[in-house]
Amino acid sequence: MVSVPDARSFGRGKLAAWFQRSEAARGYALMSPALIVLLIGIAVPLIILIAMSLWTRDGFGFDMTPTIANYQRAATEPIFGTLLTRSFMISGLATFITVLLCYPMAYYVAFHVHRNKMLWIVLMTLPFWTSYLLRVFAWRVILGYEGVINSAFLSAGWIEAPLEFLLYSQTAVVITLAHAWAAFAILPLYVSLEKIDKSLLEAATDLGDGPFTRFMRITLPLSMPGVIAASFLIFIPTTGDYITPALLGGPDGVMIGNLIQLQFGPVNNWPMGAALSIVLMAWIAALALVFLFITRKAKDHLA
Amino acid sequence: MKEGTYIKQPNRALQVYAIVFLIVLYLPVLFIPLFSFNDSIYVRFPMQGLTIQWYVDLWTRESVWAALQNSLTVGLWVSVISTGLGVVAARAITRYRMPGQSAIVTFAMLPLIVPGVIFGVALLVLVSRLGIPLSLYTVAFGHLIICLPFAIATLLPRFEGFDRSMEEASADLGENGWWTFWRVTFPMVAPGIVASLLLTFTISFDEFIMTFFLSGTDTTLPIYIWTQLRFPREFPAILALSTIILALSFVLVFVALWIGRLGVVREQVSATNAGS
Amino acid sequence: MTTNDAFISIRNVGKSYGTFRAIDSVSMDIAHGEFFSLLGASGCGKTTLLRMLAGFESVSSGEIFIDGQPMSDVPPYRRPVNMVFQNYAIFPHLNVAQNIGYGLRKLKLPRAKQDQMVDEMLDLVQLSGYGKRRGHELSGGQRQRIALARALILKPKVLLLDEPLGALDKQLREQMQMELRRLQRAIGITFVFVTHDQEEALTLSDRIAVMSGGAVLQVDSPSALYEVPKTRDVASFIGNMNFLDAKVTGCVNGHAHLDVQGIGRLDFPSAGTTLTEGDKVSVAIRPEKLVLHDTAPVNGSKAIAGEIALTTYLGERSHYQVRVPGCDTPIAISTQNIRMHKPQEATIGRPVWLTWSDDALIVLER
Repeated sequence: MVSVPDARSFGRGKLAAWFQRSEAARGYALMSPALIVLLIGIAVPLIILIAMSLWTRDGFGFDMTPTIANYQRAATEPIFGTLLTRSFMISGLATFITVLLCYPMAYYVAFHVHRNKMLWIVLMTLPFWTSYLLRVFAWRVILGYEGVINSAFLSAGWIEAPLEFLLYSQTAVVITLAHAWAAFAILPLYVSLEKIDKSLLEAATDLGDGPFTRFMRITLPLSMPGVIAASFLIFIPTTGDYITPALLGGPDGVMIGNLIQLQFGPVNNWPMGAALSIVLMAWIAALALVFLFITRKAKDHLA
Repeated sequence: MKEGTYIKQPNRALQVYAIVFLIVLYLPVLFIPLFSFNDSIYVRFPMQGLTIQWYVDLWTRESVWAALQNSLTVGLWVSVISTGLGVVAARAITRYRMPGQSAIVTFAMLPLIVPGVIFGVALLVLVSRLGIPLSLYTVAFGHLIICLPFAIATLLPRFEGFDRSMEEASADLGENGWWTFWRVTFPMVAPGIVASLLLTFTISFDEFIMTFFLSGTDTTLPIYIWTQLRFPREFPAILALSTIILALSFVLVFVALWIGRLGVVREQVSATNAGS
Repeated sequence: MTTNDAFISIRNVGKSYGTFRAIDSVSMDIAHGEFFSLLGASGCGKTTLLRMLAGFESVSSGEIFIDGQPMSDVPPYRRPVNMVFQNYAIFPHLNVAQNIGYGLRKLKLPRAKQDQMVDEMLDLVQLSGYGKRRGHELSGGQRQRIALARALILKPKVLLLDEPLGALDKQLREQMQMELRRLQRAIGITFVFVTHDQEEALTLSDRIAVMSGGAVLQVDSPSALYEVPKTRDVASFIGNMNFLDAKVTGCVNGHAHLDVQGIGRLDFPSAGTTLTEGDKVSVAIRPEKLVLHDTAPVNGSKAIAGEIALTTYLGERSHYQVRVPGCDTPIAISTQNIRMHKPQEATIGRPVWLTWSDDALIVLER
């Protein structure tokens, strides 16, 4: 029998040997450039934002003594609460409408498109990748005082004077948000529907379910992860949206994102803006958790 | 594939809905090119006649050319850097078992979800505290944060669908890590890389909110459009500019999605063949 | 034993993942030109061992020598071995000829020479004319041949095959088995073949290592494994086997006396065994080595009496389960249907007698 020394332990430092063998270390090393960018671009700014929310404005500079004065203002002055509630109402409504309208579309492509499926998916998601600003701008062209709808209706003689509620209203914001984010909602819905094993549906039919019961008992519960994902993917970014309310909201349609921008722009109260950003994120997180909790309960109930 | 099984029997109502949905999805944006050729500074029906004067007008504007050049420069750098970072990140995530891996991915995906305003102001606060003047560099960094999750999300499926035994086969046939990467790994993930480059370029090219907070005197096309929106007489020119941007975006993204999807589908086909 | 005798020498090789021992100090030698199989159920460590030979898994302890060279510090791309992967790992972005010629880059041969080598390999695996096809346009059997050609073009000293026939249907598998055997004889290099299919291993191999739980149970020729398994595990893993509990009641004059469940007293030559009085052992016999009788044997030879519990008619042969008083499990018998099978002769409950020739019995430790 030949005795075999562990050849690999010679001529290498312990650290180097550990590094060679540790998958995690090599993985992190490979990832480090991306990680550093993410840390500098996401983590550090958010931490500074939190710090700044505890400061106060002092002329053109900042008073850096920690205080929760900004948060107290956010809690007590009605304008902040009103805008926050309005933002949640508007994006909640937009989310609901989007998911409701996108679901049948995703369902159609998942279950009824057999040829050129890829083309359908690309067509459905394509608008999402194009300029958000321009898609919102398009709605201004449509809904404007002298826009597509008003001028068309006027020249058709259906209305006497332009409909004023179209532009600069919460309705305009909801319509625009729902339309602009539709392509974003489709994908998670489609993926969750596509994943459903078709034999499950056949089994349900075989066991006596009609199309409607089958949908309620099998398809809908199984596609719930997609519905939840789609809801989050629309609700969270739209609550802080700036462009749509700025272009189409008017005074009635102003949302919290616009107020935050104001603090960093014309009002020039950065600590207050920082505090509002933190409040918005905290609310989003809280609402998301509640939403998750409710859907999980509902799922258990259904099962 | 056999069509018309019980579950998949055609549903006329749903089909009509789907077509209406697609029309409604695209219709609003189509008004922009429509009115960009309208011979009137008012965007209203009835249209006044065909013209290309708004495009000619754009051609002669110094500021448009400057903004376009800025947009292109930022877009090219951002797409290359974010795709490069996305490649190493996707590679590390799929190749190595790392603790906290899913937390990192979630973290990287934050800019997809968190309202753009928040990231915009957060980065603004960072660069101002560091005393960095606002410039195209700060804009590019902001775009990088937005584009990185898209790059990772585009590349991850390609690296995940990548069969480890392909690289092992290459090593077994005598190629070291470097050559294996260039002869096997890279060609196999290339469609994903191309898709990622095109998508991140388009996102950067179209990006507004980060640019809004982080740009200095030099600015990009979307900001140019934003500033001109205040002036009603500029409206037709803006429509023309928007038409060009939209057309470019649609083409780039269509190509990107097609390439990206095609790669994944082809892999599925070969996987099914191997299994049969 | 020295490493010089064997072409591949595996010395006390172990592999751990954290606290889990995937391979537990395995040693074996594989000769030059041998068709050697690693056989075992999934998770037994056979694939890990093969991947250690290829260099894809590091060796936690021990050493592997190929052609006398220690392999621990040799990366996969410098080892004189090539592998046929379980899923074949055909590069999807390359065509068949490019796949087969993949490993030739380093040889720096002129283009024409490379093409000629690829063509030769295509001939060898009977795929001439398929060079321009893409991987996904090919059937499973064709992909398998390409994987073979790609590995063999580099003239490796050892070809490693990781369950290469697993994905094929039965008919194609049998055809490819013949092909593999033909190829191996033609080239004369060592094949190390991983499989969980015992029939495949028996058909193809010169020798087989039976593995279980990260350890090697027995390394032997197919017939030795089948006829004289060394442990109960090997005996039951390869083919079917009846086990009868027995006890050693005494050892006299080179014979051990056994008290066997259902049979009674039997004598065995005990030379070369460790049988001692009081040992609890198993007496094992293959189903096809039992002979079924309608009547008790007249010459007074040993026989097991029982009754038929189950009959399975398989065409060329029939399987019977015979319940024997005093035995917990029925005894399995397999007989060739050399006469016309008559169902009424094999009705359940019918009394039968089983006999055997003395060399058919094996005594195994329990």
